[in-house]
Amino acid sequence: MAEEQKKTEYWRWTESRWTNPDIDWKQGGIVSAGVDVGSVSTQAVIMVDGQLYCSSSMRTGSDSPESANSAMKWALEGTGLTTDKIQATVGTGYGRVNVPFATKAITEIACHARGGNFIYGPQVRTILDMGGQDCKAIRCDEKGKVTAFLMNDKCAAGTGRGMEVFADLLGVHINDVGKMSLQVDTEPPPVSSTCVVFAKSEASGLLRQGWPKEKVLAAYCSAMAHRVVTLLERIGVEKEFAITGGIAKNIGIVNRLSKELNVTPLKSDLDPQIAGAIGGALFAKVLFEKKGK
Amino acid sequence: MITAGIDCGAKNVKVVILEDGKVTGKAMAPAGIDAASAAEKAFDDALKMAGCGREAVTKVVSTGTGKSEPKFKNDIVTEVGADARGIHYLYPNVRTVIDVGAEEGRAIRVDEKGKVVDFAINEKCAAGAGAFTEAMARALEIPLEDFGPFSLTSNQEVPMNAQCAVFAESEVVSLVHRKIPKQDIARAIHNAIADRITSMVRMVGVTPDVALVGGVAKNVGFVASLKEDLQMEITIPEDREFVGAIGAAFVAADAK
Amino acid sequence: MKANYGYKDGSGDFFITVDTDKCTGCGDCAKTCPAGVLELVDNGYDIDAETPIAAVKKEHSKKIKYSCAPCKPAAGYTTAGLPCVKACTAGVIDHSW
Repeated sequence: MAEEQKKTEYWRWTESRWTNPDIDWKQGGIVSAGVDVGSVSTQAVIMVDGQLYCSSSMRTGSDSPESANSAMKWALEGTGLTTDKIQATVGTGYGRVNVPFATKAITEIACHARGGNFIYGPQVRTILDMGGQDCKAIRCDEKGKVTAFLMNDKCAAGTGRGMEVFADLLGVHINDVGKMSLQVDTEPPPVSSTCVVFAKSEASGLLRQGWPKEKVLAAYCSAMAHRVVTLLERIGVEKEFAITGGIAKNIGIVNRLSKELNVTPLKSDLDPQIAGAIGGALFAKVLFEKKGK
Repeated sequence: MITAGIDCGAKNVKVVILEDGKVTGKAMAPAGIDAASAAEKAFDDALKMAGCGREAVTKVVSTGTGKSEPKFKNDIVTEVGADARGIHYLYPNVRTVIDVGAEEGRAIRVDEKGKVVDFAINEKCAAGAGAFTEAMARALEIPLEDFGPFSLTSNQEVPMNAQCAVFAESEVVSLVHRKIPKQDIARAIHNAIADRITSMVRMVGVTPDVALVGGVAKNVGFVASLKEDLQMEITIPEDREFVGAIGAAFVAADAK
Repeated sequence: MKANYGYKDGSGDFFITVDTDKCTGCGDCAKTCPAGVLELVDNGYDIDAETPIAAVKKEHSKKIKYSCAPCKPAAGYTTAGLPCVKACTAGVIDHSW
């Protein structure tokens, strides 16, 4: 059908939605929602009595309110649940003040800590959130309350965007970057430039020298892992450790990071990308209960 | 006595031949992936212009990011030292040198003898160097050489938030989508980099005369923004890209 | 809670740390800062908190290396001598560079 073939956008993440088959919202009490409008992707989560009911994750459009609306609509699709049944909503993330139906906007740091606590359990003390346009390192207590944090959203190095630039440069889909970077016999020296612009020219040079894509990706993934480790050192890493955000899906980064830090990140069946939205939904529940008192 | 100075920059290699305190030859070659051969080529071209052979050169001093690359160098000097020496020869009244190259920005305060008093460097981040304007020109699909003059046709201020070249690229794309005139975006880009350079210069103090050197000094859009920020006249040498190489050649001559 | 505002880029680490547990919300740091980098905000990290806390303004957090430059001459300075650090008697504020 397509006469004009569109240029492949290697950097694009795939979208997804999920419903928990074990929960019937009609049986539940408090229905709360969290919407995390990130720079690259937007997640909506609906919780019933503090249990995860359904979620969606999609690309953020040019308009934050619109993105929040569509993510919400998609999460609700096929559930029979409608927006008017949701008792409280918290907006979070980069576009949090623009979530039209939100009861309150809460910083993504607080939401990530709370959501990480839900996903990985109360033993989690350090959460590394690697998003599309920022990198956050959060320390929290057993209740998921923040005790220290650091956020880097100024520089693209160490963020998903840096990885996207490389995916595009090498013509490898972003979903495959991590796996491919592990297909090397020996680990090459990391790319020496921190700055993505300079790292990109360095990588072009390596390709011209005949390095295979796998080796270039390995060099970039290890540089990125190292950069994140030095960032984490500022707040300190206490076990247990967990990684959330889009980059948690990149095994090339996660493996190298774990090796350098000598920790094994906690695993969960839940999508790590929805941590912020889950935290938002949990705060929304608290806000609704407070209001009721 | 004949000496040579090489400035092995991230983008271009510049060579200057100096004979008894006078520049007799100069040449420039793109650094490419092999800076060492680029240096050989520029060296030969500069010698040709000076009308002498390699054997006539007493000493060769190298500077710049790739200063260790040229095989024929006898010694090296820091970029800061080379800039200070070079500007002292060209404009002895200059007290503040601003050098904006492809991958690095520098501000140097020099005394009346051309000695370095203080300096600040912004390296390893594209946001404070020529690489920033280059990436933005590409994002706007405007040839780099037209980028400066084009920005001067703007008559509207547009704020730019991104402080990173990679993020700024996406910001530029979204500004284009919002139908903001390209010349206004170009102006905003030049203002943004000039702001960063100005803050760096303030760290060493802005003492007149102020000179601007390096490849980015060719960009009239950047020069206009910088003048506006500093609120003063700026001396721009004709050989703005060769100041480091001239300095290195003088360092070679001084050493004897 | 230790809130680290700022960034790490190719040129270095630039962070202002605010120890919110010690912060009384008096606002002296914000009043003193000549570049208007600091402000008082609602404590968004603790849902039960009543008093505001000092924070780095969003527009400055991505460029504090430049925003703070006037207080940090290349010729030298001490963190303890910075106006914001001196203004805070509770010892809430620290700079990484």
